Amino acid sequence: MSEIATTVAPPLPTATEKLQFYGMWVTAAVVLVLLPHLFGSGGSLTTFSLIGISIIFSLSYNILLGQTGLLSFGHAVYYGLGGFLVIHAINIIGANKLPIPLPVIPLIGGLTGLFFGALLGWVSTQRSGTAFAMISLGVAELIASSALILRTFFGGEAGVSANRTKLFKIFGWSFGPQIQIYYLVAAWTLIAVIAMYALTRTPLGRMCNAVRDNPERVQFVGYNPHVVRYLAFCFSGFFAGIAGALAAINFEIANSAYLGAQQSGTVLFAAFIGGIGFFIGPIVGAIFVTILSLGLSDLTQVWQLYFGLIFIAVVLFAPGGITGLLMMHRPLLKAGTLPQVLPSYLFALVPTLAMIAGLVLAVETIVHYTVNPGDDSHIKAFGVPFDAASPSIWAISAVLLVGGFLVARKDWVRVREAWDKAASVEREKDVAA
Amino acid sequence: MVRPEKSGRTILLNASGAAMLELIVISTLNGILFGMLLFLMASGLTVIFSMLGVLNFAHASFYMLGAFFGFQISRWFGFWTALLIAPLLAGAIGVAVERFGLRPVHRNGHVAELLFTFGLAFVIEEIVQIIWGKSPVDFRIPSSLDFPAFTIFSTNYPAYKMFMLLVSIAIFAALLIVLKKTRIGLIVQAALTHPHMVAHLGHNVGRIFMLVFGVGTALAAVAGVIAGPALVTQSNMAGLLGPILFVVVVVGGLGSLPGAFVASLLIGLIQTFAVSMNGSLSGAFGPLSPAYASTWLADIWGVTIAQVAPIVPYVLLVLILIFRPMGLLGTRET
Repeated sequence: MSEIATTVAPPLPTATEKLQFYGMWVTAAVVLVLLPHLFGSGGSLTTFSLIGISIIFSLSYNILLGQTGLLSFGHAVYYGLGGFLVIHAINIIGANKLPIPLPVIPLIGGLTGLFFGALLGWVSTQRSGTAFAMISLGVAELIASSALILRTFFGGEAGVSANRTKLFKIFGWSFGPQIQIYYLVAAWTLIAVIAMYALTRTPLGRMCNAVRDNPERVQFVGYNPHVVRYLAFCFSGFFAGIAGALAAINFEIANSAYLGAQQSGTVLFAAFIGGIGFFIGPIVGAIFVTILSLGLSDLTQVWQLYFGLIFIAVVLFAPGGITGLLMMHRPLLKAGTLPQVLPSYLFALVPTLAMIAGLVLAVETIVHYTVNPGDDSHIKAFGVPFDAASPSIWAISAVLLVGGFLVARKDWVRVREAWDKAASVEREKDVAA
Repeated sequence: MVRPEKSGRTILLNASGAAMLELIVISTLNGILFGMLLFLMASGLTVIFSMLGVLNFAHASFYMLGAFFGFQISRWFGFWTALLIAPLLAGAIGVAVERFGLRPVHRNGHVAELLFTFGLAFVIEEIVQIIWGKSPVDFRIPSSLDFPAFTIFSTNYPAYKMFMLLVSIAIFAALLIVLKKTRIGLIVQAALTHPHMVAHLGHNVGRIFMLVFGVGTALAAVAGVIAGPALVTQSNMAGLLGPILFVVVVVGGLGSLPGAFVASLLIGLIQTFAVSMNGSLSGAFGPLSPAYASTWLADIWGVTIAQVAPIVPYVLLVLILIFRPMGLLGTRET
């Protein structure tokens, strides 16, 4: 037995691999420290803080969806409860002048998430797949509706607020200015990301993957898939609680929207658009979705529609998400055949963009007529001004939409051919080697 | 409570007893009505789930589309045309969704399918908001049905509600006959329990799926058209009803049509009765001692059953999951 074990065990990492690995985390830390020096405005600091919170939340979600294969529609419950408990904790600590500084407060949120994950998780994780998804939705609705009934604790529609600056000061930091909150969020983000990465490397993390891929075999090996799912659920709740706590600290308020379906949907969008197959995927997704939701809402009235369409497009055409798309090119890059594919991308991109432009034009024109019919017809979408009243708009958008679709469909077939050719070159190389 | 005498006979029931009986009769009627509406949607959802293996997250969105199409068409051509055309339109959209959306996604697995319908529900809600706005639209009961059908004790029961009940019972009967007596019904029934075997027997599974999806969404739209005037037609109606629909399907047992029927009626009745009850812990045991008056305990003590009504289905869901994880009449594990 021991012989087999030693032969199948991977070789110990070499010094350069170790350097690369630890260097990556150190670089991440340095970037986080330097970011506010590069973009110091209040707005960008708020954005960075929101991105950090979203990263923790999305990664905690991916413990369920990506690593254990549990599709949850109610992950915001643990985020929201963490937030509420933290707001109450800040109020109690502030009122009693307890010597607890703000930086450790997110831990309270994490423990809240862990507690409720442990409480609700056992029932929820009895089954996986579609049943789990429905159960998570039901439990989320239960908690969200209860929040509106228990007004003293959840503050009804208005929510509960707190003052984060009234706590025990450490190093003279009051955590009033946004820059100090940014560093707090950044530090917790780094800690949480490292912890969650480490979790994927533990035997439990591996068993989660096994439960996702083949629960029956996991049972044969002697594990209980339910217990593995339950543990993953608890960890996921813990980190979601930390994210909720940071959000509550950032806004100094917690309201029922924290627990709601919208929040659960957003984290699902972020994780899936980023790509659930890779650890880094939800990080990419969190950055993308946060920037998109902040940026699009300035550019157009119906940004949520575009948001939904982007999500559907990712589900339809790129189930691996953004990271999956990028990682697909790694073998080609290694084989050096990537340049063969790029021109066909360019050919396909032009009609696809034309199609999207046509769609946007049509949507914005319709929005002009239905949402604000009385307004001036000279409207602006994505910074491009046009006259919604002119009939040529309809013609242009129809031509772009239909023409773009027809051309794009052919071009994407060509992309696939070029792709297959490039990939087969690499495979032949492998065979020759 | 003083009751007018009718045709010289004295009503011998005492006042509170009559009020209680009235409450029970009216709530039962309303509960059955709500349950039948739920079943109109849950039946489609269950059959789609059993055959395609995908729980259509956007099912309630088709109910909403039905209501809004019904509103728009009844404005142009009257209610009866709307009742016919709106479900057909929604069913056509359902067919298109299955053919061009779900089928390509199918190869990426069930999670991708579920996510696709989730995204679809999101997009449909946004589109409805763009076209009809966020506030409720003025979808009125047709004047030919706008009269009280009968009077129980002192309450006028509207004819439109009886009409809703009749329509849903008629569709239920039609569905039952189609499922039990026709060839296509046999195939659908077979596919409920052995979807792979049906494919092996050489049926055009793709076309059956498309048809089932279309009929399922059209049924949801029928529910939308008839419920629209009685309830509120608003862009959040799908979001409000969707979760309850999933509770029905899970409580009844995933993939079980009789289970969905029982669960629909159960939840319809429970929720209607809960809404009409005003009892609370403070009513039963007297007010809370002043020492606790401002704590969170006061919330639980003072809340009425009517206020708890929205969470009752979810409590039922959790209880069912603890004591009978496969649902009331369910047999399948997943």
